[in-house]
Amino acid sequence: MRPERVDRLATVIVLSLAGIVGMVVFSLLIYILAMGIPHINWHFLTAEAESFSAGGGIRDQLFNSLYLVVLTLIVSVPLALCAAIYLSEYAPANRWTQGLRLAIEVLSSLPSVVVGLFGYLVFVLQFGFDFSLLAGALALTILNLPILTRSCEDALRQVPYLQRQAGLGLGMSKWRVTTKIVLPAALPGIITGTILSAGRIFGEAAALIYTAGQSSPAINYADWNPFSPTSFLNPLRPAETLAVHIWKVNSEGLVPDARAVSNGSAAVLIITILLFNLIARYAGHRIKQHLTK
Amino acid sequence: MEDLKKRLTQPSIESKQEWFGKLISYLAMILIGGLVGIILIFLTLKGIALFKDNGVGVWHFLSGTDWQPSHHHYGALPMIVTSFSVTVLSGIIALPLALIVAIAITEMLPERVYQYLQPLIELLVGIPSVVYGYLGLTIIVPYLRQVFGGTGFGILAATCVLFLMILPTMTSMTIDSFRAVPQKYRQASIGLGATRWQTISRVIIPSAKNGVLTAMVFGMARAFGEALAVQMVIGNTTVIPKGLMESSATLTSVLTTGIGNTVMGTASNNALWSLALILLVMSLAFNLLMRLSSKKGAR
Repeated sequence: MRPERVDRLATVIVLSLAGIVGMVVFSLLIYILAMGIPHINWHFLTAEAESFSAGGGIRDQLFNSLYLVVLTLIVSVPLALCAAIYLSEYAPANRWTQGLRLAIEVLSSLPSVVVGLFGYLVFVLQFGFDFSLLAGALALTILNLPILTRSCEDALRQVPYLQRQAGLGLGMSKWRVTTKIVLPAALPGIITGTILSAGRIFGEAAALIYTAGQSSPAINYADWNPFSPTSFLNPLRPAETLAVHIWKVNSEGLVPDARAVSNGSAAVLIITILLFNLIARYAGHRIKQHLTK
Repeated sequence: MEDLKKRLTQPSIESKQEWFGKLISYLAMILIGGLVGIILIFLTLKGIALFKDNGVGVWHFLSGTDWQPSHHHYGALPMIVTSFSVTVLSGIIALPLALIVAIAITEMLPERVYQYLQPLIELLVGIPSVVYGYLGLTIIVPYLRQVFGGTGFGILAATCVLFLMILPTMTSMTIDSFRAVPQKYRQASIGLGATRWQTISRVIIPSAKNGVLTAMVFGMARAFGEALAVQMVIGNTTVIPKGLMESSATLTSVLTTGIGNTVMGTASNNALWSLALILLVMSLAFNLLMRLSSKKGAR
């Protein structure tokens, strides 16, 4: 066959196959949303989950998921940022640094079940946190640290070296140059990376079933004292998240409307992650605009 | 004079700050490194307890086909076989499709299409695995039941779910490695009179080969470690699968269902930690493979 004909044939085959794959994946996405969105209403979002009867909502699960993301970010952002500053500004190019980088890579390749089991062993049993938001947040921190460190380091490295030289030339210490010049310039990248990682941990389930637990006891949203056992802010209460809820309802749940609840929950999960992605783009863009003004 | 000497020789505020900053950032890094060390040590210690304390042979554990912890039969081979088969199958199906989609997007369709598709691919990458598992449970399993009969649960269902899960990730990594091929290569090849397909198949794919390979290993590592999505559709019976439609169980699915039902420190619990150790070792092996395949690209 002549090359021109092969080319034309290959183009047709590749484009049509790619089109089919795209259509299938896209229609699955539409399917989940179309099945779920009709179930989303004010009652579904604000009612408590039912254990045995139909008509339960996802209020506590949704709140737990968001609260867990906040707790995780409180622990992981400072750690990841400091580690990223070390790697991009201070780390000498030697074997020890290579070893530390390897450690981060190993951490990022751990399956989330393994991280969950480690969390169960150490945070739940050893430290005696029991099934709690705190144990869950620490397990999620382990999952989140490598991704966040890497995106922070990338953001820091993208700041031109000239800016550091200018600061150093004025007699500023390296630490001052980093915090006053490099960090503000890298902020859009850092914030985008943080929000994207938040989306990832929002949907995590495997690391949570044995750390944050699979039950959500009654909580009181009027109780703002984080040390009270029924307060919604108490980090030591067990907390089932939205993703765990989908799994639980389908694998061992007893509610008669499991399909409806999980359709709605799946759609809420996807919409929230879409929001995280959009906010990450928009926030990064806006801050960059603000800085360059 | 003394006063001046003292002021000149004592460290300035700047250098104190510098010292403080360096210490903090170094401590954070050491903490992460230490964490990795602790994770590896803890899981290894827990994982070998079955062999040390309960007297089960390593070889017996790895090659035994009978998994009944309540009767003290600890053969992990069924789970190992199943884990590997779903991983390899989903990787093999996903690789050509990821390649095709990436070729279409980077080489054939206009740049604007990529700009529209990129957020969509990012969204698909970010969809939680539980949702993929739920999709499998509600669409794929009933469909397979209709077409092939049986329960629908099993290796084929798990492969489909994992394939759907890793396809977006692999596609986006493959697209990145195609886009990293310098534009000069394409121009040189076209300048020699090559058609577009000749350029793609003889210039672009070979130069992006390592990136594509890394994408495949990355996707397979994700598939191997996935727990809940697989647990929802695989059927959970710990026997060596005889066919694609047979119900089975992977390392991860046994772990998710088992840990809550056993008591810490007993032999049946230790056996589960040994499964976790296999998982850990395999994820390290995947990591090594990925390093090898991306290092070749740098050369």
